[in-house]
Amino acid sequence: MRLFYHFGRYYLLLKRTFRKPEKVSIYRARIFEEIDSLGIGSLGIVAIISVAMGAVITIQSAFNFESPLIPPYAVGVAARDSLILEFSPTIVSLILAGKVGSSIASELGTMRVSEQVDALEIMGINSASFLIQPKVLAAMVFNPILIIFSMFFGIIGGYVFGILTGVVTDYEYVLGITYEFRPYNVTYALIKTVVFAFLITSVSSYHGYYTQGGALEVGRQSTKAVVYSSVLILVFNFLLTQLLLV
Amino acid sequence: MIQLNHISKSFGDKAVLNDISSTFENGKVNMIIGASGSGKTTLLKCMVGLNTVDTGEVLFDGRNFFNLDFNGQKEIRKEIGMLFQGGALFDSKTVEENVVFPLSMFTDLSEQEKKDRANFCLNRVNLENVNHLYPSEISGGMKKRVAIARAIAVQPKYLFCDEPNSGLDPKTSIVIDNLIQEITEEYNITTVVITHDMNSVIEIGDHILFIYKGNKHWEGGKREILKTDNPEIIDFVYATKFMKELKSKF
Repeated sequence: MRLFYHFGRYYLLLKRTFRKPEKVSIYRARIFEEIDSLGIGSLGIVAIISVAMGAVITIQSAFNFESPLIPPYAVGVAARDSLILEFSPTIVSLILAGKVGSSIASELGTMRVSEQVDALEIMGINSASFLIQPKVLAAMVFNPILIIFSMFFGIIGGYVFGILTGVVTDYEYVLGITYEFRPYNVTYALIKTVVFAFLITSVSSYHGYYTQGGALEVGRQSTKAVVYSSVLILVFNFLLTQLLLV
Repeated sequence: MIQLNHISKSFGDKAVLNDISSTFENGKVNMIIGASGSGKTTLLKCMVGLNTVDTGEVLFDGRNFFNLDFNGQKEIRKEIGMLFQGGALFDSKTVEENVVFPLSMFTDLSEQEKKDRANFCLNRVNLENVNHLYPSEISGGMKKRVAIARAIAVQPKYLFCDEPNSGLDPKTSIVIDNLIQEITEEYNITTVVITHDMNSVIEIGDHILFIYKGNKHWEGGKREILKTDNPEIIDFVYATKFMKELKSKF
């Protein structure tokens, strides 16, 4: 029964969130602020993790492809497809669920317990729309860009570390990453990313927005936001893969 | 003017407010007093629409808040200024940005006009050279004054204050009390103050509503409250040993 309660309340919050903004110019500015804080602020961590993962995927693939029947460029193919299909959209989204999700939940939770949300409501401002809508839109717009960066950094990481460690040659790797490339895979990854961005921001906002109590509860809601958005990412990853790839 | 007609509110099985009616006139400081847990904050939240009521009505100059749709309620809320217990200033904004914020949302003033209005309001609450500071960089008393400045920025018709003196030293409390009174008279606002600070009540309370266990127990002026022989009020007003001794001398 609690599940239905939360689902209903989540739906009602979304309905309030996507009402017409009070002043479009202010909302537009808020979206750019959120892109800066949630998106651009995550570029560093995404780049570091993507380079490292690209390097590890390349080295592990080379280590496992010892059979003479598998061509050497398969290392590049494996690195490319692993990064584009799964690592960049899903694993990076999971990392963002941790970083961005906890940040959103704790920000909104703190605003709730310190009555800042009430202050907005009393001023006649739709607090859900003012606080949550820019976050959701910013993530849905900017996360795909982050994921493209992640793919790029991952492939570069695989290239650099593959060559440095001598597991693959320059020619084989480049041949691999271009071999039978399907642009649809990138589209699939970006569709997943947009859905995941919506889940991360809306679920985390839900937990933060309805925080009750004090600092302890803000921490609890932050943790819940990360856990639930991560679980939902995994569930929707499965559903979207079935829908879009199979 | 704000009228409360037969307000009742429960949380689950627990009745918090029972059939409360009162009238708060403009240009006066109306105080709602009572012990902790008596229901005064719930009553305030019902009045500003943060809580719904189970029965009864809240009339803002004849407009029944709970009969209005979302947009109608929004219009009334634009006429409300509120001073929260902790100030409720936006952490991510500077003092000036906090005061400018409602102006940006609800007026078409130019940037310079908004800045001038913010400076006027900050000067009105005796704050200078704090525009660029963040709420975390100013004292509790200053936060309250910034919150008052933000509340009066859009020239509200109704001002609600939730425990404006909590956490303040006696001298700063007097400053805040005087500000509330001056602003109420100057702009002819209907002011409602929730407090359990008897100094404030005696100092600025034009009309006092005493809530006891969720019921309206007593209503009157500040002179009458000192003379009443109602045992619950005597218990509340003269709670400390010092006050009891003072009462016995007069």
